[in-house]
Amino acid sequence: MTQPETAVIAAVDTAPRPPRKQNFATKFGQAFSMFRNGKSIAGLCILGFFVLVAIFGDLLAPYGPLDKDFTALRQGPSATHWLGTTHMGEDVLSQLIYGTRGVLVVGFAAGIIATLIAVIIGVTAGYIGGWKSEGLSAVTNVFLVIPALPLMIIVASQYENPSLLLIAGVLALTGWAWGSRVLRAQTMSLRNRDFVQAARANGEPLYRIIAVEMLPNLIAIIASSFVGTVTAAVLGLTTLAFIGVIPITNLNWGTILFWAQQNGAFPDFWWWYVPAGLCIALLGMALSLINFGIDEYVNPRLRSAGERAREMRKKGIKVSSSVTAVRTAPPSGSDPGSGGASAPKHASPAADADAVTPVTPPAPASPDDTTAR
Amino acid sequence: MRFFLRRTAFYLFTAWAAITINFFLPRFLKGDPVSAYIAKNQGLISPDAAASLRTLFGLDKNQSMLEQYINYWKLLFSGDLGRSFSKGLAPVTDVIASALPWTIGLVGIATILSFVIGTMLGAYAGWRRGSKADALIPITTFFSTVPYFWLGLIAIALLATGLGWFPASHAYDKGSTPEFSLDFIGQVINHGTLPALTIVISSLGGWVLGMRNMMVTVMDEDYVTVAQAKGLSPRKVLINYAARNAVLPQLSSFALSLGFIVGGTLVMELVFSYPGVGKLLLDATNAKDYPLMQGLFLIITLTILVANILADVAYAILDPRTRQSEA
Repeated sequence: MTQPETAVIAAVDTAPRPPRKQNFATKFGQAFSMFRNGKSIAGLCILGFFVLVAIFGDLLAPYGPLDKDFTALRQGPSATHWLGTTHMGEDVLSQLIYGTRGVLVVGFAAGIIATLIAVIIGVTAGYIGGWKSEGLSAVTNVFLVIPALPLMIIVASQYENPSLLLIAGVLALTGWAWGSRVLRAQTMSLRNRDFVQAARANGEPLYRIIAVEMLPNLIAIIASSFVGTVTAAVLGLTTLAFIGVIPITNLNWGTILFWAQQNGAFPDFWWWYVPAGLCIALLGMALSLINFGIDEYVNPRLRSAGERAREMRKKGIKVSSSVTAVRTAPPSGSDPGSGGASAPKHASPAADADAVTPVTPPAPASPDDTTAR
Repeated sequence: MRFFLRRTAFYLFTAWAAITINFFLPRFLKGDPVSAYIAKNQGLISPDAAASLRTLFGLDKNQSMLEQYINYWKLLFSGDLGRSFSKGLAPVTDVIASALPWTIGLVGIATILSFVIGTMLGAYAGWRRGSKADALIPITTFFSTVPYFWLGLIAIALLATGLGWFPASHAYDKGSTPEFSLDFIGQVINHGTLPALTIVISSLGGWVLGMRNMMVTVMDEDYVTVAQAKGLSPRKVLINYAARNAVLPQLSSFALSLGFIVGGTLVMELVFSYPGVGKLLLDATNAKDYPLMQGLFLIITLTILVANILADVAYAILDPRTRQSEA
């Protein structure tokens, strides 16, 4: 949202225009600034690890996923089989590594398809307004109401051997509506902002207004809905595989659990079913962390909340008991330092996003404030 | 008034769309298992039942699509969803009616519990932001990203077969019949605790996170500061000012979550062999029992729709702004 403003300021500040190449680079950096925080980076690292495993699975896996070792059936972890073997003597670790590819390919394909649908329908519905917008919104709501998993099961059960793309398509079809709804709301609020009005007054074509003026301001929401859809798709895929709707030839973490359950691995052969579940949880956690980071980028109040509260507590001010901070430590010689620190904060209450108003300033100030408003 | 008209229009449209999707689904199917089945059981199916099956699945090639559509609606209004192949040709409506109370009872209670507990925890975490309560979020998020069936199976392995605290499957003890007695109700509660517990644990994360984030946002509002300045007790401010406003978006996602919960219950019922709607749908899918599949999909969708209507009404009562701004 701040992008247009900063662009204007930059143009005013530097009289000689910076070279276009650099400008593009900074813009490129800005587009990814939502990932520039601890939570997102941690999530991206875990995700990157899984992506690498998926790409180099052939090199990493000690055995083929379906290689059978009949001398080692249902064996626990050992030096030859790090995560033990299945009832057929297949190496669980190798299955896990090969399964990563199936999960990620379907997850990302579903995420991309769903995000494309969400952006097209959501942004259009938000921009055009009127009965067309209402109609698109109604379609979105219908897809929100339709139960996803039963629909997936019914559609997937119609095919003897559904392809990966078809599975991804079904997952996307049931997963795009939420993102579309959020995007529509955001586009509607952007539509009447000054910079969009200005672009329209300049006679810019519709596609340019949407692509150049609006999309940069929607990127965070699009990214968040993409990550959310991938999470849902991963869970949906593994669930479908576990239920047995997806053919077992498509190896993924859910298939491992399907076999484990079918062959009585629960509860004794823990090495067979625990790692696959943990992998799904770890991947889901990574995606959630990325989304937490994006949320904090979109809503700075979330970011500042924890930091500020911790800061205040260091000064001996208890935030948690009330919004109006009350100093718990008795006033002593060391106090003026913290009193001085809180004074400038009161001077600019608008900048104080956490609304922690120290109790020390004279009381009459606040009634004046309210009457002035 | 206009608000209610708009909502009614939306629900009518959604119901129409759901029923229409249900009408077209079997017409896109490959092959024709239904007519094969009818041919195989020529003598067993009464001519009436066969006719209604033909209409439901579009087998009557002499009719135009529009005629089929109109007949389909007629059948629906007379409450005829066809006959279930796998359940001895019992009417689909009867089969579903026997399974629906189990799902609604167990999942309904679990969902409401999860919503209430999660929202309260979230309100607390938002209120005590920056303290140890922040640790709630990663923990509950972890449990919500764990695949539900895996959590359920591990819970069975640990608590049911391992420690023997709860029965591992079914809704009541084998050999007993559903009746209104203290003993039977005790059995139902005993059997339902573990499934309900796992549902609550796995769905808590979303509620905690949503409520916490809303609380943090609401706490910055002027009216919270004013409430504090008036000298109200922190408890009162937390409950009556901050949480009360923060909970509104939670309510609308509660309505939407009902859809996801029906999907989740399907896996729960598979894992715990619970005799609900989800188990029925899975059995119907495995048995290629198309009339039952169609009927279940319709009933599940309509149930979610009804839940949405109830949530909408509750929202309109709680937040007067929805009624005004739309008008």
